[in-house]
Amino acid sequence: MTQAITEAVAYDGGAHAEWAPPLLRLEGVTKRFPGVLALDRVDFDLHAGEVHVLFGENGAGKSTMISLIAGVHRPTEGTIKFRGKEARMHSVYDARQLGISAVFQEFSLVPHMTVEQNLSLGAETCRYGLLQKKQLHQNAKELLNRLGFPLLAEQKTGLLSRAEQQMVEIAKAFRSDLSVLILDEPTASLTERETERLFALIEQAKLAGVGIIYITHRMSEIKQIADRITVLRDGKYIATVDVESVSDDQLVELMTGRIVDQVFPKINHLPGEKILAVEGLKTKSGLVKDVSIVLRRGEIVGLAGLVGAGKSELARACFGIESIASGRITFDGRETTGLGPREMLDRGMFYVPPDRREEGLVMIRNVRENMTLPSLGLKTFSGPVFLRRAVERQAVDGIAKRLNLQPPNTERSVDHFSGGNQQKVLLARTLTRDVKLYIFDEPTVGVDVGARVAIYEFIRDLCESGAAVLLVSSDLPEILNLSNRVYVMHRGVLSAELVGTDITEENVLNYFFERNVA
Amino acid sequence: MSVSISPRSEKPNIEITALPKRSIGDLLKRGFVRLGVLPVFLLAAMIIFSVVSDNFLTTRNLINVARQSTYLVIVSMGQMLALITGGFDLSLGTVVAITSVVSATVMAWSFAAFPDMVALSIGLGILAGFASGVAVGGINGLGIALFNVSPFVMTLGMSSVGFGIALYMTGGVPVYGMPVAFGSIFGFGKFLGIPAPIYVTVVLFAIMTLFLYWTRMGRYLYAIGGNIKAANLSGINTKGNLFMAYVLCSALAAISGLLLTARIDTGEANIGSALPLESIAACVIAGVSLRGGVGRVENVVLGALFIGLTQNGMNLARVESYLQTVVLGTLLIAAVIADQLRQRVGASLQD
Repeated sequence: MTQAITEAVAYDGGAHAEWAPPLLRLEGVTKRFPGVLALDRVDFDLHAGEVHVLFGENGAGKSTMISLIAGVHRPTEGTIKFRGKEARMHSVYDARQLGISAVFQEFSLVPHMTVEQNLSLGAETCRYGLLQKKQLHQNAKELLNRLGFPLLAEQKTGLLSRAEQQMVEIAKAFRSDLSVLILDEPTASLTERETERLFALIEQAKLAGVGIIYITHRMSEIKQIADRITVLRDGKYIATVDVESVSDDQLVELMTGRIVDQVFPKINHLPGEKILAVEGLKTKSGLVKDVSIVLRRGEIVGLAGLVGAGKSELARACFGIESIASGRITFDGRETTGLGPREMLDRGMFYVPPDRREEGLVMIRNVRENMTLPSLGLKTFSGPVFLRRAVERQAVDGIAKRLNLQPPNTERSVDHFSGGNQQKVLLARTLTRDVKLYIFDEPTVGVDVGARVAIYEFIRDLCESGAAVLLVSSDLPEILNLSNRVYVMHRGVLSAELVGTDITEENVLNYFFERNVA
Repeated sequence: MSVSISPRSEKPNIEITALPKRSIGDLLKRGFVRLGVLPVFLLAAMIIFSVVSDNFLTTRNLINVARQSTYLVIVSMGQMLALITGGFDLSLGTVVAITSVVSATVMAWSFAAFPDMVALSIGLGILAGFASGVAVGGINGLGIALFNVSPFVMTLGMSSVGFGIALYMTGGVPVYGMPVAFGSIFGFGKFLGIPAPIYVTVVLFAIMTLFLYWTRMGRYLYAIGGNIKAANLSGINTKGNLFMAYVLCSALAAISGLLLTARIDTGEANIGSALPLESIAACVIAGVSLRGGVGRVENVVLGALFIGLTQNGMNLARVESYLQTVVLGTLLIAAVIADQLRQRVGASLQD
């Protein structure tokens, strides 16, 4: 099927009249960074009053595209038209002047300043060279009221929660006349209620004629708020479709270019001997209170719960990076309460943290050094004095091949790989030594479907080769489909242990909240 | 519904390095990202000074530069260890001073007590000086690794403490009375026409190369500077390694202090005051990141040699010594700006 037909289909179903000139139009836009073609002749249009979702895997070119629209970068070829006229934006400031505002995943807020100061930053009103503080205060309050954000203008931004900071960032976008609003995965850190509030706000902006470009990986959100969806893959335009006329599977197909009939692999659980026993564990932080769990070889155990339920802290306490107040941890037949990461690694436990940039990888060092970092103490890689660098290289190259690292250059610094490949490096670290229990803490956060499948298969292989896996996750489908048993946590205590057919969405969700706690 | 699905292209759209057409500008950019600002600086210095002075490009003068630079080379290698872990050491000058004063005092005292046993007094002096220098690093390490004092405050504080002690011990007067042999061996000694300090430096350089690239601890220092949390989760004893980085850093400075003492034949509390700045400049010019995790020892040696070369060239060109510090400071800032630029160019190349 040709692209022209696709577009025709998309427009047919659209509520937007074809004859109305689009608010924003990209024509054959190419962005070339030296060595990489990030965007390849992409077309895109945005109408006033619609939510247009950008969909694609990590590295498909979504971020590059919005950075061009927001004036962060300039296109190598092609034109960007705003209200029918070509717009040459040389900076974010230029874009703002046109009413194009972006809320990126990384906030541009000054933590030491108040909400009010942040809101007016760069657009302060002055008289005789002095700030008109009263006026600025008034403006900030009005803005927050208009948007219905429960924020105090005098509060220091650094003291706000991530969700609240997100609100400040959004409010900042609304401070001047807005015609295009770009939101890059805005709900990643929001709770259900905050998300609802954001969606209401988006609805409001739509009515006011604002065109919204929205990036997300979540299918449910697309169904909820999108009007049209444009799919990108490998920097190329694939299709623009109407939300009513496309199914989840079709979207995934468009995104990955292949049919993903089953995201979750079949796993043969063969629970064997007990490997980890946690008894009455309480952490000093108070986030885990009196929890007891058991893990066996050859099975994946899910640890579910809301954000802040203490599941990550429980896992971290087992690995010795969360201080323990009381309780007992037995690993592989010996008590290990209070031991640190070094000892736990040596006994065969491996903890893979959720945030690779923050605490997973040394981004500026190369892949080889990152992969072997937890295992350099082993005799395999280290003689009495010197490292065995030839052995190291060989081992690392083998693992890189097995995980299909792209590009397969292990001397390249991790920084220069795509997100999915960085995640591969993070997982690859577990393969450089013998491990009896793997703890994966949110292994697929911010990862696209393609990489997700690879990660699930990786975890399956570990489990089927006889290791124990503890899967800490806020992603419910992941827990439901991969686990042999599921522990559900609520406010620092265990609210349920589910086995076999009891592992259903309804059951797990029930125990997420207070009502069914025994 | 109907959508088009183009077949998934087999080839990723990343055009890997070997492109057919490549402009000279692009090549220069790549060279700059790979090698940094040092080759440019070195070349510029060579050209300028050989034009300004006929004596500059002579074997004698260049050996002279190498010898004069050894002290800075050694200290810079130490500074580099601190920088790699993401910190820095402002107390290196003090370490040199305290080593000088203590070694000279002990040597002079034992030489006076046992005039026949020259080797013993030299050995005692070296040992005492070295130990006192390393002690400063030990205290730095304790403060930084154990009590989480920022390297800035800790080493700045210790530099004041150490300098005060060195002055107090000597009353500000140079310490004389060391055996002549000490100076004539370690200060002025030559073997095959090459001065003794150069041999010491070459050996230390070899050890540093092995240490940084071929041992676990070397690897760990880079990892700690790159991401201390990731290092910790990888089972690395971050506190212990940080502590050792500052100890080794001061050990190198102490060796430099001993060589300097031998050269000037006196124990001086005032030597080394310019070393913190000069060593940081040498490292930064050599591409060691101030944010930690990056840096190569062979470049640091070249960086320190560059500074020695510049000083020597300016001396030959009769640039006043007061003005020389102006040049040095300017070079340091220029190197940091170049480093920023390099980051930006590098990011644009590899995006």
